[in-house]
Amino acid sequence: MNSAAPITDSYRSGPDDSGHFGIFGGRFVAETLMPLILEVNQAWQKYRHDERYLADIRYYAEHYVGRPSPLYFARRLTNHLGGAKIYFKRDELNHTGSHKINNTLGQILLARRMNKRRIIAETGAGQHGVAAATVCALFDLPCVVYMGETDIERQAPNVFRMKLLGTEVVPVTSGTATLKDAMNEALRDWVANVEDTFYIIGTCAGPHPYPEMVREFQSVIGRETREQIMQWENRLPDVLIACIGGGSNAMGLFHPFLDDPSVEIIGVEAGGLGIETGQHAASLSGGLPGVLHGNRTYLLQNSDGQIRDAHSISAGLDYPGIGPEHSWLYEQERIEYVSVTDQEALEAFQVCCRTEGIIPALEPSHALAHVFKLAPSMSKEQIIVMNMCGRGDKDVFTVAEALGEKL
Amino acid sequence: MTKRLQTRFEALAKKNRAGLVTFITAGDPSPEISLEILNGLPEAGADIIELGMPFSDPMADGPAIQLSSQRALNNGASMIKTLEMVGSFREKEDETPIILMGYFNPIYRYGSQEFLNDAVAIGVDGLIIVDLPPEEDDELCHACLTAGLNWIRLTTPTSDNSRLSSILKNSSGFVYHVAITGITGTRSAEIQELESTVKRIRSQTLLPIAVGFGVKSQSQVREIGRFADAVVVGSALVNTVKSALEENLTKQQIGLKVHEFVSELATGLR
Ligand SMILES: Cc1ncc(COP(=O)(O)O)c(C=O)c1O
Repeated sequence: MNSAAPITDSYRSGPDDSGHFGIFGGRFVAETLMPLILEVNQAWQKYRHDERYLADIRYYAEHYVGRPSPLYFARRLTNHLGGAKIYFKRDELNHTGSHKINNTLGQILLARRMNKRRIIAETGAGQHGVAAATVCALFDLPCVVYMGETDIERQAPNVFRMKLLGTEVVPVTSGTATLKDAMNEALRDWVANVEDTFYIIGTCAGPHPYPEMVREFQSVIGRETREQIMQWENRLPDVLIACIGGGSNAMGLFHPFLDDPSVEIIGVEAGGLGIETGQHAASLSGGLPGVLHGNRTYLLQNSDGQIRDAHSISAGLDYPGIGPEHSWLYEQERIEYVSVTDQEALEAFQVCCRTEGIIPALEPSHALAHVFKLAPSMSKEQIIVMNMCGRGDKDVFTVAEALGEKL
Repeated sequence: MTKRLQTRFEALAKKNRAGLVTFITAGDPSPEISLEILNGLPEAGADIIELGMPFSDPMADGPAIQLSSQRALNNGASMIKTLEMVGSFREKEDETPIILMGYFNPIYRYGSQEFLNDAVAIGVDGLIIVDLPPEEDDELCHACLTAGLNWIRLTTPTSDNSRLSSILKNSSGFVYHVAITGITGTRSAEIQELESTVKRIRSQTLLPIAVGFGVKSQSQVREIGRFADAVVVGSALVNTVKSALEENLTKQQIGLKVHEFVSELATGLR
């Protein structure tokens, strides 16, 4: 045992035993929940390296989700932008249409091992809600999904999908009736149903061990990408780009590359109407450290510590926080975080449809808009990998409205 | 440590009765009405005052307290105003203990040490911070005790004996037992089960034990007061504010209505 690098040399060793990434993370929950959080952590630490558990995940990932997802060379878009080679990691081809199912699969298989009989989840865009509803149907567990009333209106197709899958969707009217309030409401449900309920959190945020657990389930994206890019190019990419809501698809792609200094990593937050307008969802570019939903992280808030409303055209990015590991990597300056406006994302969305025949979700359209800014200034030998983490079927109504079309 | 809590519990023990802890949200529905309500609480029969610090995302609270926070924030409530409110109260009343209850983020943004200093100076006696379990004691608990403020913690039906000992370790002032698994202002506890839980907690601590969550009526206050050292009523009071507002009452009338309800509850303990 003389080869282990000191943990400080790696960006991949967090969190510590108490769930901290530097000052971020932790377990800021009401006492009633504390025994449950500890129980989830105990089960997670027990099974995370368990061969049968991991084999179970692999089985469903391959035969049910459709993994590995392709790493696709976007030739026409590359030519269109005239610079770096652009690859898409195609997690939008997963069953249910986004990366979210990588996580719900891992969590429900854990919940089953813990003998939990009821599942709850929060959702914004509805993608996580659909992914949770899907695995609940598959494993025959009752599921309740909390969703802000505002989001229910703008993501109607996903609400109906959840219902078809047998899930109860509970509209949340408290606070601002969006994702953060849905998460509050799910936590309130959990406090009241401590005996039998497992809470499947949809992003790499929340009390420890959720940020770590969700990152591990999503890291399949980055692990596959590493192998696939070696096959295509026989080298690592120069740049990785992903959009950030809570940060799970981004962390999934980034984490396996954090200790490769040649790989530049960029997270794209939702700039809404522009950071300067205050109408955005960019927690790092426009927020301050604080404590919400069980963890310390960057949050949109006023000087009195009251949480501010986020705004984004994309419901999946419309969250006033970000996973704690991102906050840490931001302060470590390992990852660069930028933002993209609603308008820029909409333009990238349309170009992608026409040049590649792929209708992207509005969330990865943000990542794509940054690819548009960056690729032309790079050389033709350089490589960008972007996480195409969701498909845009759910967004066609929103986009039609933004473009002034009546459906 | 500030002395008001200890003095008050000793006096209650001498009178051989449980104390009434009343919760209201600071600044609900407005700074003026809230101060009017606060000032009249001791005379109406409150033995200890719990003042909620409004937060945009009160994840352990039910609709009643969520709405009261919202009303307060809509009318300009802030951490500084909450402390100022305690200051105005203390100008006339220096005996009734005041506990601030809330969530960590507003304190963190205020600056933890600065907040503790200001709170002690203005006459606060203790803090209940819902989202700071023993695992996060380095955040505020230790500094709070050092500053001379009581750190009051919640025990819950999910607290088994080993959990209890870590909860009780840095607790001071009193122990606040949450009667139900759930958020504030929802269902009520089974009395017999509650009594045996309180007994179990008592076997592990010398601190007085208060019981709250789901306590709404004089008869519940009376029943719980038989085995607890104090009984907490929150959502029911806050709901009284709400219904008084809906009736378009004046500031004095709203205060009166709340105080009448507090007197009715207090009678249950006398
Ligand atoms: C397709 C898609 N991408 C991204 C996100 C944002 O979440 P995260 O940042 O955790 O990947 C969502 C959330 O709903 C989503 O549906």
